[in-house]
Amino acid sequence: MDNNYNTIIIGAGPAGMEAAYRLSVFGIRTCLLEKEAETGGHLLKWDRIFPEGRKASEILGFMRKRIESGNITTITSARIDSIRKKAGNGYEAELATNEGKKTITADTILIACGFKLFNAAKKEEYGYGIYNRVITNADLENLFKTNSTGSIIGENRTPAVGFVHCVGSRDEKAGNRHCSKVCCATAVKQAMEIKEAYPQATVYCFYMDLRMFGRHYEDMYLEAQQKYGIRFIRGRVSEVSEDCNERIVAKAEDTLSGKPVKITLDMLVLMSGIACNPDSGKITGSLSIENDSDGFIKYADSIFGQVKGPGIFTAGTCTGPKTLPETINEAGEAAAVIYGYLKGNSNNF
Amino acid sequence: MTPDINFGFGLSKSSRINLDNADNEKFRELAAREPDILKCMACGSCAASCSAGNFTELNLRKIILMLTRGAEKETVRQLESCMFCGKCILVCPRGINTRHLIKSIREIYCRPCAEPETGNGI
Ligand SMILES: Cc1cc2nc3c(=O)[nH]c(=O)nc-3n(C[C@H](O)[C@H](O)[C@H](O)COP(=O)(O)OP(=O)(O)OC[C@H]3O[C@@H](n4cnc5c(N)ncnc54)[C@H](O)[C@@H]3O)c2cc1C
Ligand code: SF4
Ligand code: SF4
Ligand code: SF4
Repeated sequence: MDNNYNTIIIGAGPAGMEAAYRLSVFGIRTCLLEKEAETGGHLLKWDRIFPEGRKASEILGFMRKRIESGNITTITSARIDSIRKKAGNGYEAELATNEGKKTITADTILIACGFKLFNAAKKEEYGYGIYNRVITNADLENLFKTNSTGSIIGENRTPAVGFVHCVGSRDEKAGNRHCSKVCCATAVKQAMEIKEAYPQATVYCFYMDLRMFGRHYEDMYLEAQQKYGIRFIRGRVSEVSEDCNERIVAKAEDTLSGKPVKITLDMLVLMSGIACNPDSGKITGSLSIENDSDGFIKYADSIFGQVKGPGIFTAGTCTGPKTLPETINEAGEAAAVIYGYLKGNSNNF
Repeated sequence: MTPDINFGFGLSKSSRINLDNADNEKFRELAAREPDILKCMACGSCAASCSAGNFTELNLRKIILMLTRGAEKETVRQLESCMFCGKCILVCPRGINTRHLIKSIREIYCRPCAEPETGNGI
């Protein structure tokens, strides 16, 4: 098969997969590049998806089926060694793949390289990587997937579990001023799942602001309070230590009462945020487009999106935190814009 | 002669809330009778519109908050100023029947005053 495509898509997470599918419907030939061994991006790591709790594996299965098309060439375990504008029109990329080195060309590029989960160990005061009972949201998804919350909580059927919001988000010292958007809803979802698994558990969410912005998200909050009795404490956990029974002692201020609070927990879950994928800087650097000061790729227009380079497009969380449906929407939109571009409409910006 | 050991210093009582003790029996009884208390999102509308709040310490938002934290003593006393006017019901965005809630709080938490202990000195 020849190595010329209409579009090279970088990253086969939800954004890249959805865009590939949409473009294939328009008859556009794409090469979908994924650096990992499997397609799916972060969706691979999640158990259930808010707000309705649908299984991530089902959504991923559906998305994978949709990219089984003659118009889509998917290459996993693909490393992009170089990517650049060709003399004249179009782009060229050199790849290292399981089948050896390969050069591919295309008229357009869609960057869909996603995000990187904030490394919670950087917030030393929370003791991630030091105390066994401190885990991240991603770890908890994995425990749910493998039915093994007991590996942390033990035999205790009445555990106390805490969730810390905004870990590595809204935190200048951690280098991320932005709000990661998805972690309030994730915390509330996971808190309810803990109560499902341990009806006698006491569950606390330590939040700074509760950002339940999306449709049905506020219903989740109400359900968490009313049906599951989850307790919301407005205040950031300031420090964590271990007691002599190797349980976790967390301190925070209950800012609504103006009093310091202390609690002993069997598990503390850190809501690691959505940080920029450092790879995106390398990709944009070779294509002469810019990243913002927060590390995410800069939009050409704050309302209409997309980037400045002719024939270069973006979709998904490489331009900032987004939920799954927002990612999917943007991928569909990117496909429409790419189709227009290939038919002779300029990029507008 | 006893030496004067009172230098005017002393250990102050900790004001910290220990959440390990928050789940007490009274709160469980209250939540069973008034499940809507769990819906409070601490918006403060009730306290802002309270007829008595301007003149006394009464603050229903804080009372609910302190009860969910297991720290009842400081706040239940405030309820003595409530006039049961019901303005707080009108403004609560979560539709909590706050006046009914106050009645239940008083019944559950002020039991010793409602039913004074007998058998002493009579
Ligand atoms: C803890 C957590 C829970 C979440 N839960 C929900 C939820 O319940 N509901 C919801 O709506 N949203 C949820 N989200 C958001 C959701 O995960 C994202 O919207 C979605 O994953 C974004 O898809 P994406 O394709 O933009 O990025 P990603 O999922 O990050 O995919 C990017 C892909 O690009 C690949 N890639 C990166 N760099 C390169 C490169 N140089 N070359 C080739 N490939 C590359 C990556 O390997 C990856 O496969 C959650 C997010 C977090 C952090
Ligand atoms: S979504 Fe919530 S937890 Fe996440 S960064 Fe924003 S405010 Fe913090
Ligand atoms: S019923 Fe009591 S708490 Fe409510 S507004 Fe009237 S005085 Fe205030
Ligand atoms: S108005 Fe309702 S929700 Fe708001 S603080 Fe008062 S009781 Fe809670």
